[in-house]
Amino acid sequence: MSPSASRFSLRRAAVASLLAAGNLLAACSSDTTSTQPERLPIQGIKRTEPTSAADTLPDPVPAFRLTNQDGQVITNQTFAGKVYVTDFFFATCPSICPKMQSELLRVYEQFKDDPNVLFLSHTIDPAHDSIPVLRDYAQRLGIQDASRWHFATAPHDTVFALARAYMTGAEKDSTVVGGYAHSGTFALVDSQRRIRGVYDGMEKSQVDQLIHDLPILLKEEAETRQAAAK
Amino acid sequence: MSQFLLPFLRLSAGSAAGLLLATASTGCFSNRQNEGAALYQTHCSSCHGTQGEGLRRLIPPVAASDYVARNRAGLPCIVRRGMKGDVVVNGIHYNQVMPGHEDLTDSQITNLLNFVQRNWGNQNEPYTVREVSELLEPCHGSDGQ
Repeated sequence: MSPSASRFSLRRAAVASLLAAGNLLAACSSDTTSTQPERLPIQGIKRTEPTSAADTLPDPVPAFRLTNQDGQVITNQTFAGKVYVTDFFFATCPSICPKMQSELLRVYEQFKDDPNVLFLSHTIDPAHDSIPVLRDYAQRLGIQDASRWHFATAPHDTVFALARAYMTGAEKDSTVVGGYAHSGTFALVDSQRRIRGVYDGMEKSQVDQLIHDLPILLKEEAETRQAAAK
Repeated sequence: MSQFLLPFLRLSAGSAAGLLLATASTGCFSNRQNEGAALYQTHCSSCHGTQGEGLRRLIPPVAASDYVARNRAGLPCIVRRGMKGDVVVNGIHYNQVMPGHEDLTDSQITNLLNFVQRNWGNQNEPYTVREVSELLEPCHGSDGQ
């Protein structure tokens, strides 16, 4: 073996051992994190002025007042102590809505026996989607219990502002079929009105991720309730 | 109009015959490399489902559908112009708006419908491009291509 070749392999061995040490360190640090409970990130956008230097959390979902398919008023209080999944649709939407709602239906089927999980679909076409239209739509999807999955309406400005708060794009657009452009985003919201996950409702893998994430949030909520009860 | 279209129809019938010779092993009617399956996934699957299953009582199925079998002659115009209002499929009432498809050629509509007519439990007679162009005449939907 030539001297240069042996030096090279020595250096390689040194690099390899450094890498191994790095792996050990990584293993150590992941050991410490595994003792911590798994938590979903807190997402959203901070638009308000921070109240202090420590105030870095995104804005919570603002107060809202909507009407559901049973004609009942629903507010943040309707979702108090619950987690919920939300999306934006309209009943005559010919493009992404059926696919999106069938994916949300998949999430609903998984959690329909858990009263701590609610669903909230907002219409972005309140002019057409009257309460009877929303009720018909819900029933055609097989949702009989409005208290578990609300199909809600409100004036345009309210709905579009909420869409922004839930990190969904929704706007009037006469150039697209149906007249409204919107994304198929699902947002997962915790009991403190914080967004804990954002998913593309058109992608099965992302909806699978939501189905995976929901129990993690429910566990956190249960632990918070227990701690508060002590 | 139809006299004007006749050469085009002959032309497309001629090209269909050429295609038939070229793809004799894959089937007798226009079936350009599974174009129908691809068109279905692009234009129809979001509403009618990736397997043609529909969506509950909101969107009717095209799989194993009595409507697809019984309304063979009307389907090209439905794809071209869309439809709205009450429709009964396999005994269930549906009432949704279906958008039309101005962007598809007659031959694409043919391949799309042939895919549906021959899959997912449907075993209906396929269309020729010429036949679809003729069936599109009542809704003035033929582009002669």
